[in-house]
Amino acid sequence: MSLPGSPATPPAARGRSLTKIFGEGDTRVVALDGVDVDFPRGRFTAIMGPSGSGKSTLMHCMAGLDSVTSGQAYIGDVDLSTLDDKALTVLRRDRVGFVFQAFNLLPTLTAQENITLPMDIAGRKPDRAWLDTVIDTIGLRDRLAHRPSELSGGQQQRVACARALAGRPDIVFADEPTGNLDSRSGADVLDFLRRSVREMGQTVVMVTHDPKAAGYADRVLFLADGRIVDEMLEPTAERVLERLKALDSDDGARPAATDAASRAGVR
Amino acid sequence: MWRTTWRNLLAHKVRLALSGLAIVLGVAFVVGTLIFTDTLSKTFNDLFRSTAADVNVTRAAAFDQGLEGTGTGGTATYVPAELVDEIAEVDGVAAVEGNVQAEGVYILDADGEVLDTGGAPGIGISWDTEESLSPTTLVDGRAAAGPGEVMIDTNSAEETGFRVGDTITLLTPGPRVEAELVGTFRFGDSGGLAGASLTAFDTATAQELLSEPGQFTGIGVGAEDGVDPDVLADRVAAVVGSDYDVKTASEQAESLSADFSEALQFINIFLLVFAGIALFVGTFIILNTFSMLVAQRTRELALLRALGASRGQVTRSVLGEALVVGVVGATVGLAAGYGIAAGLRALFGSFGLTLDGTLVLATDTVLWGYAVGVLVTLVSAYVPARRAARMPPVAAMRDDVVHVQRGLRRRTALGVVLSLAGLAALVGGTLSDDGGTGASLVGLGALALILGVTALSPVLAQPFLRSVGAVLPRIWGTTGRLAQENAVRNPRRTAATASALMIGLALVSAFSVIGASTNASIDSLIAGSVRAEYIVSSAVGQPFSPDVAEEVGDVDGVAAVMPLRWGQAQLDGQTSLLTGVDPDALPRTVELSWVDGSAEGLGGDGVLVDQPTAEGRGWAVGDTVEVLTLDNRQEQLTVSGIFETNQVLGSTVVSIDTLAGAGGVEQDRFLFVDLADGTSPADVRPQLDEVLDAYPIVNLKDQTEFQDEQKGQVDQLLLLINAMLVLSVLIAALGIVNTLAMSVIERTREIGLLRAVGLGQAQLRRMVRLEAVIISVYGAVLGLVLGTLFGVALSRSLADQGITELAVPYPRMAVFLLVAALIGVLAAVFPARRAAKLQVLDAIARA
Repeated sequence: MSLPGSPATPPAARGRSLTKIFGEGDTRVVALDGVDVDFPRGRFTAIMGPSGSGKSTLMHCMAGLDSVTSGQAYIGDVDLSTLDDKALTVLRRDRVGFVFQAFNLLPTLTAQENITLPMDIAGRKPDRAWLDTVIDTIGLRDRLAHRPSELSGGQQQRVACARALAGRPDIVFADEPTGNLDSRSGADVLDFLRRSVREMGQTVVMVTHDPKAAGYADRVLFLADGRIVDEMLEPTAERVLERLKALDSDDGARPAATDAASRAGVR
Repeated sequence: MWRTTWRNLLAHKVRLALSGLAIVLGVAFVVGTLIFTDTLSKTFNDLFRSTAADVNVTRAAAFDQGLEGTGTGGTATYVPAELVDEIAEVDGVAAVEGNVQAEGVYILDADGEVLDTGGAPGIGISWDTEESLSPTTLVDGRAAAGPGEVMIDTNSAEETGFRVGDTITLLTPGPRVEAELVGTFRFGDSGGLAGASLTAFDTATAQELLSEPGQFTGIGVGAEDGVDPDVLADRVAAVVGSDYDVKTASEQAESLSADFSEALQFINIFLLVFAGIALFVGTFIILNTFSMLVAQRTRELALLRALGASRGQVTRSVLGEALVVGVVGATVGLAAGYGIAAGLRALFGSFGLTLDGTLVLATDTVLWGYAVGVLVTLVSAYVPARRAARMPPVAAMRDDVVHVQRGLRRRTALGVVLSLAGLAALVGGTLSDDGGTGASLVGLGALALILGVTALSPVLAQPFLRSVGAVLPRIWGTTGRLAQENAVRNPRRTAATASALMIGLALVSAFSVIGASTNASIDSLIAGSVRAEYIVSSAVGQPFSPDVAEEVGDVDGVAAVMPLRWGQAQLDGQTSLLTGVDPDALPRTVELSWVDGSAEGLGGDGVLVDQPTAEGRGWAVGDTVEVLTLDNRQEQLTVSGIFETNQVLGSTVVSIDTLAGAGGVEQDRFLFVDLADGTSPADVRPQLDEVLDAYPIVNLKDQTEFQDEQKGQVDQLLLLINAMLVLSVLIAALGIVNTLAMSVIERTREIGLLRAVGLGQAQLRRMVRLEAVIISVYGAVLGLVLGTLFGVALSRSLADQGITELAVPYPRMAVFLLVAALIGVLAAVFPARRAAKLQVLDAIARA
C-alpha cells in the first residue's frame, strides 16, 4: 500500500502495526490486524468497509478513545499509548475534533455554547475570526442561540461539525456523521466537511458505509477483517460502489457474515 | 410478565438498593418508635405491677394532682400508725404493714458525687418485713435494722461499685446520713427502675428521715388465701373511712399506668411525628426512583407494548417490582428499627429515662412495618407505573426518547392555594390570643405551607437556579455552567430532591428559632427578675433538704436566703401550681414589678399572682380565694399583690408556711442568696462552695451561670429534637445520592460525549458535585425560609407562655446552609465517581 505525504509535511495522524483484540478464547475477536496507516494533513480521508471490518475501531484507536492491544497510534508526533487518561483527555480536547453519528450535542447548551464547549472546558478563549469563519461556513449564524431540540437533525450535525473544527484541531474524526440524516441534510454536512478541508485546510477522517458520502473525500481506505485492503484516490460515488461490489465478490466464497469473529485473522 | 419483573429487579440492583434504602429508613423509624414505646409501656407497667400489695391504703388526695413524680405533688399526707392496727383486725387480712416512701434520697458514689439518675428521682423507702407485701427482694446481705444501716437497689450498687459492708453517704430531705450498706435488693421481677435509685431503711429510720415518727405514707395489706382482694378492699375501706384511698393491686397499677400513659402518649406522638416525617421524605425518594426507573426503561417498556403486552401488564410489572422492593425494604427496615429502638433507649437513658429489660417486638409492630413499607412503595410506584403503561409502542422505535415535561399549571395552582392558606393560618396563629389555639393554627399553617411550597418547588427552582445558580459558571466556568443547566433541566426532579432536604431543614431551623427565642427570653426574664447574687439549685430541679438553706444562711456576708418550693392546691376550684417563698427574703432576692398591691401580705394568708393569672381568673387585690388543700382542708387566702410575669416565681406565690400547711413537701427546689451590702461576691463564694460541698446534689451559680444552666436545658431539648431530625436529613441526603446516581445513568451518553470532547475526570466529578450542591442549597434555602417563618410564628403565638423575646439565630442558619452544601458534596461522591469511571467509548456507544 502507498503511504502518501512527503517528509516535509508529516501526517496529521498515523498508525503503526495497530492491533486490537477483543475478548479471549472463544470470544476472541481481532478487530484490527496490524494496520499501518497515515492521515496526511489537509486531506479528507474516508474509511469504508463492511460491518465488523474494524473501521470504527480504527477510528476510535486513532482518536484516543480506545487503547490498542499492540502497535502505536500517533496524533502528530505524540504516541497515544504513552498517555494516561488525563493527558488523553487534554489531547482530545485541544488537538482532536469529533463528530458522532448521533447525540453530538448537549441538550442543555445552546448551539453557540456547544460549538465552543471544548475550548470552554479548557478555559481558552476561542479565536474569534476563525470561529466566525466556521459559523458562517455552516450557515447557522441565526440559530446560534437555539438549543439542540430546536434544530433539525441536519442542523444539529452541522453544529457538531462546527464544534469539531472550532478549536482548529490537528485532525477531525467523524463517525458516520450522515448516518441518521436524509440525503439532502447529509449532503449539506458532507459539503461542509469538504469545504473545511479545501478552504480551511483542515484534516478530516470519516468512517462511513455510504459510497455517496465517501465520494466527497479525497481518498478512500477500504477495510476488511481488520486490515486495509485497498485505497482509492479522488473517489467518486460510482467508483467506490464498484470497488465495494468487487470486495463483496472477493468475499463471495465465504459466508457474508457480519460477525468478525468467524473471519478474524483468517486472511 | 413476572419473568421480566424479576429480570428488571436483577438488572437494576444498585438503583433498587437505593430506593430500597429509603424504604428501609422510613420503616425502621416507624418500627423503632413502636418498639421503643412498647418497651417504655412495658417497663412502667412492670414497675407499677410490682409496686402493689393486694390492697393499698393511702391518704386520699382532695383532687387529682396529675402524674406523681413531676415534682410538685404533695406527699406530706400521712397515714397514722394506729390505722395499721385497725386494719389488722379486719376479717380476711393475712398481713398488714405501714410503709414510707419519699423522694429526695440520693446516693453519693465513692467520689462524693450524686449517683446520676438523669432526671429520675432518688427514692427512699422503708424495708418491709412482711415479704408478701414487699415489691422488693433481698439479693445480698440482710435487711437494715437500725439508724446506721441502709440497703440500696442492685442497679445503684452496680453503678457505684458499693458492696455490702461499705460505708456509704446519703443525702436525704433532712440531714446528710452516713450508714453501713448491709444489703442489696431487686425491685420487682426485672429490677427495672427506669433510672430511679432506691434506698431502703428500717421503718423507724425511714419515718425519722422521710416522714414523721408514727406516720406512714401508705399501708400495704395482704389478703388471706381465698379472700378476693376487691372484697377485702371494701372491708378495709369501711374501717378507714373516706379520708383514705383503698385500692387493690390491680386498681393501683391501673390508675398509675393510666396517669403514665398520658405522659407516654406524648413521647409516642412526638416520635411518630418524626417517623411520619421520615416516611414523607422517604416517599419522595421512592416516587423519584421509580419515576426514573420507568423513564430510563421507556424504550424497553414500549417494546413490551409493541410486542403485545397490555397496559395492565406493564403496570403490573412495574408494581410487581415495587412490591418486591417494598417487602425486602420493610424486612430490612424491621431489623434496622430494632436497632433504632435500642439507640432511642440509649438516647433516653442519657436523658435519665433508663429502660431495663429486653425490647418489646409486638406483632402489631411487625404488621405496621410491612403495611407502611409495602403500601408507601406501591403508592409511590403507581403513578410512574401508569405513565409507563401509557407509553406508545412507537416509543420503542425512536432513537432518542424525549421526556415530555408535563405542564406544571395544576400543580402550581394547588401550591399557590395551599401556600396562601398556610400563610394565613400562620398569621392567624400569631395573632391569636389563646396560646393553645395559636400554636395549633401555626402547626396547621406550617403543614399547609410545606405541602404548598413542595408543590411550587419546581416553579421556584427555575428563578433560583438561574439567579443564585449563576454563581457556578462564574466561579467554575463551563463545569459550573453544565452543573447549573443539569439542575435546571428537570425542575420536577430537582424539586423533589430538594423537597426532602427542605422539610428536614425547615423543622431544624424552626426549632432553632424557638430555642433561640426561648433562650433570649430566659436571659431577659432572669436578668430582669433576679436580684440575688447567687442561686443554689440542683441539676434537674430535684428537691433538696432545708438544711442547705440553714447552713448557707449562716455564712458570713449572707444577708438573706430565700428558699423556693413547689406545691399544688385548688384555688377557687381549679388545680394550681403554687410557688412557696420566704416572704421576708422575697423583696431582697427577686425583682418584682407590681401592677397592684405588694408583697406585704404574703406573711399571713396572702397570695400573690401574676398579671395574666389575675386577669384570667378575674382576681383583684383584696379578693378572697377559696383553697382546697391536698389533704382535703378548706382554707381561705387573700390576694395581696399582682405582679408582672416573672420567670422565677411562676404564676401563683404563697409563703412556705402556707404551702407546708397545704400539704407541700418540705424540701427546697431553689435558694436565692442575697449578700449583705458592701460584701464582695468573690469573697463569699469560697465559703458558700465549702458549705455546699457537703450537698453534691446542689451547686452554686451566679446570675450568668444560672441563666446558662436554664438555657442549657433548652439546648439539651433542642439537641434531642435535632438528633431525631438528623434522620430525615439523612434520608434527604440519600435522596440526593439517588437522584444523582439516576441522572448520571440517564446521561451516560452525554457524559461520554463530554469526555470525548475533552472534559477531564476531575472536571466531570466537579460537575456532578456542583449539581448536588446547588440542589442541596436550593432545598436548604427553602427550608430555612420556611423554618424561620414557622419558628417566628410559633414563638409569637407562645408569647403568653414565657417566650417574650424573638431571636433568629442567623449564624446557626448560615451553618445549616453550609452543612446542606456539604451534604450535597458528600451525596455526590458515589454518583460522581460512577460518572467519572464511565468508559468513554461505552458511554458513546450506549444507544
